[in-house]
Amino acid sequence: MNTVYLDNNATTMVAPEVVEAMTPFFGSLYGNASSMHTFGGQVKQHVEHAREQVAELLCADPSEIIFTSCGTESDNSAIRGTVEALAGRKHHIVTTRVEHLAVLSVCQYFGKNGFRVTELPVDGDGLLDLQLLEDTLTEDTAIVSAMWANNETGVLFPIAEIGEICRRKGVTFHTDAVQAVGKIPIDLRETPVDLLSLSGHKLHAPKGIGVLYVRKGTRLAPFLIGGHQESNRRAGTENVPYIVGLGRAAELTLEHATDYTTRVAAQRDRLEAALLDACPDSFVNGPPDQRLPNTTNIAFEFVEGESILLMLDQVGICASSGSACTSGSLEPSHVMRAMGVPFTAAHGSIRFSLSRYTTDDEIDHVIEHMPGIINRLRELSPFVEA
Amino acid sequence: MWDYTERVMEHFRDPRNVGVIPDPDGVGEVGSMACGDVLHLTFKLDDDKRIADVKFKTFGCASSIASASALTELIKGKTLEEAEKVTNQDIAHYLGGLPEQKMHCSVMGKEALEAAIENYRTGGTVKHMLDGEVVCTCFGVTATEVERVVRDNDLHTVEQVTNYCKAGGGCGGCHGEIEKIIARVHGIEPLPTESAPTPKPKMTNIRKIQLIQETIEREIRPHLKQDGGDIELIDVDGDRVIVSMRGQCAACPAANFTLDGFVGAKLREFVSPDLTVEEEKP
Repeated sequence: MNTVYLDNNATTMVAPEVVEAMTPFFGSLYGNASSMHTFGGQVKQHVEHAREQVAELLCADPSEIIFTSCGTESDNSAIRGTVEALAGRKHHIVTTRVEHLAVLSVCQYFGKNGFRVTELPVDGDGLLDLQLLEDTLTEDTAIVSAMWANNETGVLFPIAEIGEICRRKGVTFHTDAVQAVGKIPIDLRETPVDLLSLSGHKLHAPKGIGVLYVRKGTRLAPFLIGGHQESNRRAGTENVPYIVGLGRAAELTLEHATDYTTRVAAQRDRLEAALLDACPDSFVNGPPDQRLPNTTNIAFEFVEGESILLMLDQVGICASSGSACTSGSLEPSHVMRAMGVPFTAAHGSIRFSLSRYTTDDEIDHVIEHMPGIINRLRELSPFVEA
Repeated sequence: MWDYTERVMEHFRDPRNVGVIPDPDGVGEVGSMACGDVLHLTFKLDDDKRIADVKFKTFGCASSIASASALTELIKGKTLEEAEKVTNQDIAHYLGGLPEQKMHCSVMGKEALEAAIENYRTGGTVKHMLDGEVVCTCFGVTATEVERVVRDNDLHTVEQVTNYCKAGGGCGGCHGEIEKIIARVHGIEPLPTESAPTPKPKMTNIRKIQLIQETIEREIRPHLKQDGGDIELIDVDGDRVIVSMRGQCAACPAANFTLDGFVGAKLREFVSPDLTVEEEKP
């Protein structure tokens, strides 16, 4: 049975070209990039080349790219580093209710330690009230952290507009762009973002590498100390193979930039339309025109997500769900709850997330099996009349 | 991904007795949409008052579907008195076990059965209600339900209680209440809560010795005597309490444990948290 992998917001396949680029750095090119000798020095060049490749993907300067170990480290460090750099002068943090826990938990941690934290609500489409955001900011606000794209629904926040508001108010702005980078064009020359997180394994690099973009002039305390690496911001010997891999993945992303807006978006739309058509009592979570091109989150009423996922698994299809049971928690995902998705639907919300490797055959396979699975589970459901 | 047994997966893929019996003798429905699982159970009795047919419908995860399927297989052909003896453990056992965090699925099966039997006995006039005050407001779980899962499954932590009946799995505001119920069921005095620390004035030595003496008489000696042992207070030196174990205790290999785990714990609880207890060296 072939695997139909439609869970690319969870993680992606490492591109074969990325593996190829990394391989020498596990073998002959094992030098330390900080060494004085040529053997190590040549490795340094590859690290700096990767930095340029990532900078180009974001339309940033290479000096603004800090390599980290993952998106979570980038998110944590952006918020903690900003707060620490302010040395106790500001005590207010603004974020949103639908952030990834890598952001939300850090904010809540500060909330328990003397900070005022505002978690901005979202409407039924998962969108923010920008006026409310603006009104929330005060002289005491240290940082605003708002995600570029939501991992569960793919909903896009208007990052340029949020950035303008923050700039006007003189507040540092961080965006968790882990889901956005690689799927939509990003141009940081035009988007007033101070700090941005990205994760390698969401864009066909391996797990274990991330980036924190730090705009020139942004005050940020170092987050690992004890070495001069990464402009003294993150000490520790560079993870050379993974940095090189991420650089190559960034380059490939640019080469395939139009895939998402054309082919992948068309596959997503075809899948979505077919499922909504074949399954009554189903609807899309999030606005149709303000989403990532690769993501659809469909609520199937009266059935439970874990059951759907296990049935999909039986026919080789990988997807994910915001249902309570899949996470081991007892409540549906905080994103579904913040959007006010009714319980009848939140527990049965399924996310399909495509990549540039997704084929039309894979989409056909899902369209073939999904309606039958929903029907079978609804036959079991007490909410559906026989 | 959950580690489901093959039997759970088999009952999930091919659940037995799905449906609704028209004109049933008993109907039970438990759970709620908000909680993510609902189980609807109907049964029909034959002339010998045995369960001739039973059917279920469920909204829920794989283990709740499998638990409901297992329940129907377990009770078919039984009298209601026999069926009532089926526990949530029986359901889990029938399925070759459930992941700990999914035990509440088996409890839901047991509760649906009770609701249906109650419905039958009251002539269908009473809608099943579990009495007792609501402990967990997030999931609407009553003290009676918590008490029962604690007793039936020998649970000792809040986390276990959450796994078995969801109580405590939301905001967490009821964890203290659940701890008290656990302590009550197991006959243990609940530990004083952190929220109300009453700063004790420093005791005089005389008062301390008096309290130690009283605690030994009231809390310690009666328990040791049950096991043929005894204890004598030898000296109090600052916070060091020196005692001598007598009778069976003197020769008992568990005496060291008794000394600190029981005698020391009691003295710390009733006199001062700083006390240590030692046995007199001969």
